[in-house]
Amino acid sequence: MKPFRFERPENAEGAVATLTASGAEHARYLGGGTNLVDLMRLGVETPDLLVDVARLGHDAVRETDGGGLRVGAAVRNSDLARDPLLRTRYPMVSQALLSGASPQLRNLATIGGNLLQRTRCAYFTDTSLDCNKRDPGSGCGALDGEHRNHAILGHSAACIATHPSDLAVALTAVGAEVLVEGAAGERHIPMPGLHRLPGDAPERDTVLDPGDLIVAIQLPPLEAARRSSYRKVRDRASFSFAVVSVAAALQCDEDGTIRDVRIALGGVAHAPWRAERAEEELRGGPATAERFAAAAAAELDQARPLEQNAFKVPLARNLIVTVLADLAGVAA
Amino acid sequence: MALHHREAAPVTQVEIDLTINGENHQLVVDTRISLLDLLRERLGLTGAKKGCDHGQCGACTVLLDGRRANACLALAVAHDGSEVTTIEGLATGDQLHPLQEAFIEHDAFQCGYCTPGQICSAAGFIDELDEAVDGPLSDDLIRERMSGNICRCGAYPNIVSAIREVASARSGAAERVGGAA
Amino acid sequence: MTPVSAATIDGLRRIEGRDKVTGAARYAYEQQIEGVATAVAVTSTIAKGRIHGFDAGETLAHPRVLEVLTYENAPRVAEDADSEPELAVLQTSAVAYHGQVVALVIAETLEAAREGARLLAVEYREQTPDVELSDSHPGLYKPDKVNAGFPTDEGTGDPDRALEKADLVVDAVYSTPNDHNQPMEPHATVATWSDDGHLTLYDSTQGAPMAANSVSKILGVDSGRVRIISHHVGGGFGSKGTPRPNVILAALAAQALGRPVKLALTRQQLFTMVGYRTPTIQRVRLGANADGTLTALVHEAFEQSSTIKEFAEQTTTCSRVMYASPNRRTAHRLVRLDVPTPSWKRAPGEAPGMFALESAIDELAVAAGMDPIALRIANEPDVEPETGRRFSSRNLVACLREGARQFGWDERDPTPGVRREGRFLVGSGVAASTYPARRQPSSATARANDDGTYLVRIGAADIGTGARTALTRIAATALDVDPSRVVVEIGDSALPFAMLAGGSMGTASWGSAVVKACRALVEQGGGEVEVDTKEEVAADADLAKHGFGAQFAQVRVDIDSGETRVDRMLGVFAVGKVIEPRLARSQLIGGMVMGLGMALMEEAILDPRTGATVNHDFAGYHVPVNADVTDVEATWIEEEDAELNPMGSKGIGEIGITGAPAAIANAVFHATGRRVRDLPIRLDRLL
Repeated sequence: MKPFRFERPENAEGAVATLTASGAEHARYLGGGTNLVDLMRLGVETPDLLVDVARLGHDAVRETDGGGLRVGAAVRNSDLARDPLLRTRYPMVSQALLSGASPQLRNLATIGGNLLQRTRCAYFTDTSLDCNKRDPGSGCGALDGEHRNHAILGHSAACIATHPSDLAVALTAVGAEVLVEGAAGERHIPMPGLHRLPGDAPERDTVLDPGDLIVAIQLPPLEAARRSSYRKVRDRASFSFAVVSVAAALQCDEDGTIRDVRIALGGVAHAPWRAERAEEELRGGPATAERFAAAAAAELDQARPLEQNAFKVPLARNLIVTVLADLAGVAA
Repeated sequence: MALHHREAAPVTQVEIDLTINGENHQLVVDTRISLLDLLRERLGLTGAKKGCDHGQCGACTVLLDGRRANACLALAVAHDGSEVTTIEGLATGDQLHPLQEAFIEHDAFQCGYCTPGQICSAAGFIDELDEAVDGPLSDDLIRERMSGNICRCGAYPNIVSAIREVASARSGAAERVGGAA
Repeated sequence: MTPVSAATIDGLRRIEGRDKVTGAARYAYEQQIEGVATAVAVTSTIAKGRIHGFDAGETLAHPRVLEVLTYENAPRVAEDADSEPELAVLQTSAVAYHGQVVALVIAETLEAAREGARLLAVEYREQTPDVELSDSHPGLYKPDKVNAGFPTDEGTGDPDRALEKADLVVDAVYSTPNDHNQPMEPHATVATWSDDGHLTLYDSTQGAPMAANSVSKILGVDSGRVRIISHHVGGGFGSKGTPRPNVILAALAAQALGRPVKLALTRQQLFTMVGYRTPTIQRVRLGANADGTLTALVHEAFEQSSTIKEFAEQTTTCSRVMYASPNRRTAHRLVRLDVPTPSWKRAPGEAPGMFALESAIDELAVAAGMDPIALRIANEPDVEPETGRRFSSRNLVACLREGARQFGWDERDPTPGVRREGRFLVGSGVAASTYPARRQPSSATARANDDGTYLVRIGAADIGTGARTALTRIAATALDVDPSRVVVEIGDSALPFAMLAGGSMGTASWGSAVVKACRALVEQGGGEVEVDTKEEVAADADLAKHGFGAQFAQVRVDIDSGETRVDRMLGVFAVGKVIEPRLARSQLIGGMVMGLGMALMEEAILDPRTGATVNHDFAGYHVPVNADVTDVEATWIEEEDAELNPMGSKGIGEIGITGAPAAIANAVFHATGRRVRDLPIRLDRLL
């Protein structure tokens, strides 16, 4: 690990100022450190300066007008998962959090940091291998290498990595907003919209500019989210990244017509994938297994699986159907 | 809170305060040092183990401000002012913590290398238990919430029975207290 | 089944248990040595070629870095160290695999050493590596013998002709992946040289005395001048059976610096520097009469080793033991690739071999329309098929029957793919287990103390097996005293020379010496005795000696995702006299759990172009976590065998993993109707 300075500013403005004014070539905000410290030890991240943002007072979950939630960026994953309002209003978000990492990691990890965690693509985390995300222009080692757990949607010739966060998938389904403090003041970034597809600049995971600090996540009031769930498929029963995951919310009228539906996929793309086509297909019609299947198929028509991960297409399709069927109370 | 950089020392050395197993330590540390390496390399507290150094095995689990956490991914400098309890601080004098007793009784370890992390994690788990959130205590719940601690010897069935015994005794005791009040 | 709790089983609590649960037990790296420097190993980033040069400028300029050792400046090892190429570290510019050690950075602190390692620039001349095993690789050859000295090929009759004439034929290819030991304690050493040239090593090893001998040979130091101390070992599963590069690296660094040096490998480095189980491709052909009687058994294995060392796993030897067949052929072919050197992982040979054989037997049962237990019983041999030797004891049938009873096997409908519970398909499977029961000479001392206690000393190792506790029991029994009056000292090469903890031979080998010493002490009426068991072991009857077992698994497969979860596993074993039931149960369960990992998730993947192990950590290489292990129980039948050793015991460290993957794979077939012949049974193989 490269030697680095450590600063602990008093507030968000101070943090942004410290980071942007530091002149440090590589400066990073430090939340819980569960990903950043890991990457520093691997030599993937080599900051000269860490700015501690875990103690800026962004540690509260509070209700907003209209029944949404505002979650401070430094709230720990475990604390948000247990929040009674979140559990009632957005069960899929709580489930996503509890499906991620391990309890002891969730106690350290912050919400803001969770959204900004980097891909677990092995070519990214091993500095001896080629990776356009870590070392732009070096090539994508995974493309002709091991990519069973890589993207099937929205990938590019430069990068086939997936985003590892479970929380981000659920927040994408909710349509959360990320509150960012930057050099030019505060702004709101909607989800989806925070995370990028790789295109020819995979080194950029998000639309954030250098110095931008996530200070909070805002969950809008969303009736549909009260009936929502998160389903994560993985290679062992717990403590493992998703192979594919689905966050879904479903609200039906009394006659069974779908009033609102939200679907997001994890483990399939460089960003949490909002299944907008599937949602469009479903809104306004009846909640039946056949329609769920057709909607899932419509969404996955866009998939471009790689040699080793074609299985993710039927897997994602099955999950969309079974999660929606469960929410609708119909047989899949 | 401002950090005190030791005079004439490189800016990558900082002074921190930690309370470890009830004892206060004022230390000048390399900003790079993890809490785990501070315990093991500097303080001779080798109970917390290094199994992977990347938060993937749980052998380094300690109680950080009362909650279980992976000491390998916690930079010591970031936890200035914290209270740390390691496996060495769990017993009260010669009196083992109930989990330590239960691990011996249930043969909940073989090589013993993951054991301090398992026990600290179990202590954190029992403390976190909230029936409103977690539902009633069950073996499935123990298994899921102890999945951050890998045991390569495969002692899981015995780990679960050891934790079940202590956790159910504790929740039983809590009910009795609740009933009396 | 009623859940069993270890707390209700009589027997000794682990003697070092209190030290382990309080953190007082110090493992190798944790020894507190004055003035110790810290080393970090640097490994190759190519799989084949040569080191062209180093630029250590930035490393040496980094504060608190003390030294960089490479082949250019490291102390030389003994000339005949070539016979152990994995231990002749930092002696050559040649690179044989990705992840081979190329340098060692030593510093005052771990932070500095690690950063120094990162800053070290190594320039290579790279050649294209060949890292992929196939059964048609042009480099395949027949090794002279396979691991543990078994013949490479053997057989009887004319299996090809018998297959042509058989009523029923199973002809299937199975594969098992590159599979890793990954004990929780990474390999580590602290090395100290005294002024008069004595080397003391605190090392994480499965056998301090044997390791000390090896180290002395590599370093060219008198064996009396090398001492290895290893009081607590955080697992090994074979990977600490012989010294690993960390031992020699630490010793060389301590020599070069003239001060103590400690070195722990990183988790990532364990994937390339300490051995692993070779991937295998196995073709099994079974011929049988319509009644299920075997007429032919052909088991051929294709495996890999590195270019610098031949390690040929004995994958098909289980087929020389398990079933009667008038015609048989078993064979091994090896190819040398630009890959890390494979070595022992728990039940080398039997673990992958029994996956293929016991899957094929299940396939034959399906083909014959027979119950797989009945099929196995129908093919039970009277004598060991390969040698014609009598079995000292063989109770596979009893295990199968007892297991069937406890598991509720008789209620099972054999039809595959028909049991649906919600979104799951449910099924159950059975497979046999086996592992040889052997022993090796060892020596021990026993002393009667004035206070009525006894001290037994032996260079044994407790790597989590419970050896310290089992040997205490064995000594107490031989002395006819309460175990509380016996102290057993192990884990030090200065103790009487003993077999390593390997091949499931530890307790049998050490126990034989301990019993002999204790009996001699009783006979002598006190004082101290030293014994060895060379004569007894040399005089052992030439019999077929094996443990056997039956494993049952119940699985559920998610029809949406293909995820397989094991709801229940039961192992019933016949392993001679069980010395400490609590500990034995734990160890057998541990083997079964590792077998569950082998069945469902464990698989290291090499990048085909660079030869790098891409999933070289616990996030990428999945081992079972607590949630994977729902209900695993191990038990045994009473087995008397007076022809093994004074305790009548068979080793139990390895048998638990054998058969477990096949039981699970057979259960997956029963659940889904899909026969998965390639491990691990990942969800994409069932979707």
